[in-house]
Amino acid sequence: MAEQRRILITGVSSYWGGRLAEALESFEQVEAIIGVDEREPTRELERTEYVKVSNHHSLLSRIVRAAEIDTVVDTRLVVNSFAASPREAHENNVIDTMNILTACDGPESPVKRFVFKSSAHWYGCEQDDPAFFVEGMERKHPARTAIERDIVEAERAVRDYAIRRPEALVTTLRCANVLGRDVVTAYERILNLPAMPMVLGFDPRTQFVHADDVVHALEHAVISDVPGVYNVAGDGVLALSEVASLAGKLPLPILPPFGAGLAALPLRRLGLRVPDEMWNLLRFGRGLDNRAFKASGFDYSYTSREAVQRFAEHMRLRKVMRDSEEGFHYDREVEEFLRWSPNVRREPSGEPTSETGSPSS
Amino acid sequence: MPAQRTSLAALPAPAAVERPRELLPAIEPERRLDDWGRSERVEAAFDATLLEFFYKRWFRTEVQGIENVPDDGGALLVSNHSGALPPDAAMIAKAIREEHPRPRQLQITVEHFFKGYPGFSMLLPKIGCVAAHPANVHRLLYDERQLVLVFPEGRKGTEKLYRDRYQLRRFGRGGFVEAAMRAEAKIVPVCVVGAEEAAPIFAQVNFMKRVTGLLYFPITPTFPWLGPLGMLGYLPAKFKIRFLEPIDTVSLGGPDAVADKALVQGLAQDIRSLIQDNLHDMIAKRRSVWFG
Repeated sequence: MAEQRRILITGVSSYWGGRLAEALESFEQVEAIIGVDEREPTRELERTEYVKVSNHHSLLSRIVRAAEIDTVVDTRLVVNSFAASPREAHENNVIDTMNILTACDGPESPVKRFVFKSSAHWYGCEQDDPAFFVEGMERKHPARTAIERDIVEAERAVRDYAIRRPEALVTTLRCANVLGRDVVTAYERILNLPAMPMVLGFDPRTQFVHADDVVHALEHAVISDVPGVYNVAGDGVLALSEVASLAGKLPLPILPPFGAGLAALPLRRLGLRVPDEMWNLLRFGRGLDNRAFKASGFDYSYTSREAVQRFAEHMRLRKVMRDSEEGFHYDREVEEFLRWSPNVRREPSGEPTSETGSPSS
Repeated sequence: MPAQRTSLAALPAPAAVERPRELLPAIEPERRLDDWGRSERVEAAFDATLLEFFYKRWFRTEVQGIENVPDDGGALLVSNHSGALPPDAAMIAKAIREEHPRPRQLQITVEHFFKGYPGFSMLLPKIGCVAAHPANVHRLLYDERQLVLVFPEGRKGTEKLYRDRYQLRRFGRGGFVEAAMRAEAKIVPVCVVGAEEAAPIFAQVNFMKRVTGLLYFPITPTFPWLGPLGMLGYLPAKFKIRFLEPIDTVSLGGPDAVADKALVQGLAQDIRSLIQDNLHDMIAKRRSVWFG
């Protein structure tokens, strides 16, 4: 592990990019971290250098070459249709992914590792699915929803890159539904409702992965060499009724089993918007086989059940702590002063002294 | 929309992906369901009431050759299939729990159809039913080393009319043999006599099948006359279940021989005629449909 890493993280201002940058700062084998995004960072990062890029990442290849980046981590994938319009999601998931891959390509590109955070939506969700998806499986059906189609297309671009550039180690992580303290996901929204809406006559299989485990999985992919496609999901597949009881919610079978399209409008009137990609998940559910990634040396901190329990704890606590959350405000001038000014007293390692200390995770 | 078939075959191989058994999720004792959605409580409730009644009083089930069900390790039970709402699977599972010196749970494979039908979708996993997907069967047999019951006739078996009783349908395309070979599991052929008379089907109404969205719409002595519960209106035929000697797939070549289609098809044919012969033998010896 003596080899030093020079890492570029895309989407450093989004939840995953920010958390990964924060986590990687404490690793000794990481020599440099550069974070690119369109927006300013939302987390206080110490070593990570932020570069604002335009939305098409056209200048990325110059940054990659100039900084001699050997590892690129792409964490920007939009996996919830409520997070962006279909058009924005497509731009972000497919076009930008292709642009980033192009920036890492070419004979003199220094990139040796590419880590892509994907989603278990790649598998889709159909009636005749297996109970546990295994990485090598083919999709039997064409993608059903816009998000799924984007993810399939993005992964195909990543796979093509891996074939084009056999010398690069390409890792794709297909994450199950995430639960965590402040990450916005489809299930997080459902669990925040006063009761658990369920489809009448169905009790689907659900599997979660804790946000901390996703960050550790990305770290693992960056630091250890684990090329290939891997499922990232906590141990254990729960029934949705189990999730409801763990979260202390009343299961309410109010969604109709058929005719989702017709039911969408009256449900929206009631303030309940079920994303397209969730309808089948709420009927059939999905389970992943997580053994391949475990076999590569990764240990999960939370099972699916524990992830739900932790999330339920956060929900209870949040009711009390509502006002005390403080956001981080990025101020370019202050950040530049702290980083580069000769008047800032630095520790021997080259970091400015700060009371908060480096985040340990 | 173009079909998006995304094959990963072309990926630079991630140096032989391994999924060792030891890395299967540990059992969380606080949970009421397992990873397949099986609930011991719901199952026990079913077992103590409905199944107990049908097994002991109604069908007065008689079991032969229970010692042929292995004490441990994965094994694939292969049986003939019949009845509108087939009682045979539940009776085989109950027989293993009742008569076997080391009672084991049996996982029953069912059509994917049930996963999409409200109500069934909720109930079936809780009582030990699993969708009949090759990957599911492999995981159960190979990784979890369980007993799995399959009906290679599938829907063709339960659709057939009373006049065709005990005439085995085609045994699929030998997929069950492949599954057992891949999983290095034994195959135990099972013959069930009585189920055909317990739930005789006199006709199939295709029009009603389309209207209700069911797999098929049979006319039986009690269905549809008594509504959905009429599906449970079994006649009190005497049940006889015979477990035949296990077939060792490892000695036939195991996972490496799966590509040998002639071997796979041949074995499937052999098992089919073995079950058919034993059914004929059992029927020939039976003096009365109702008293055995």
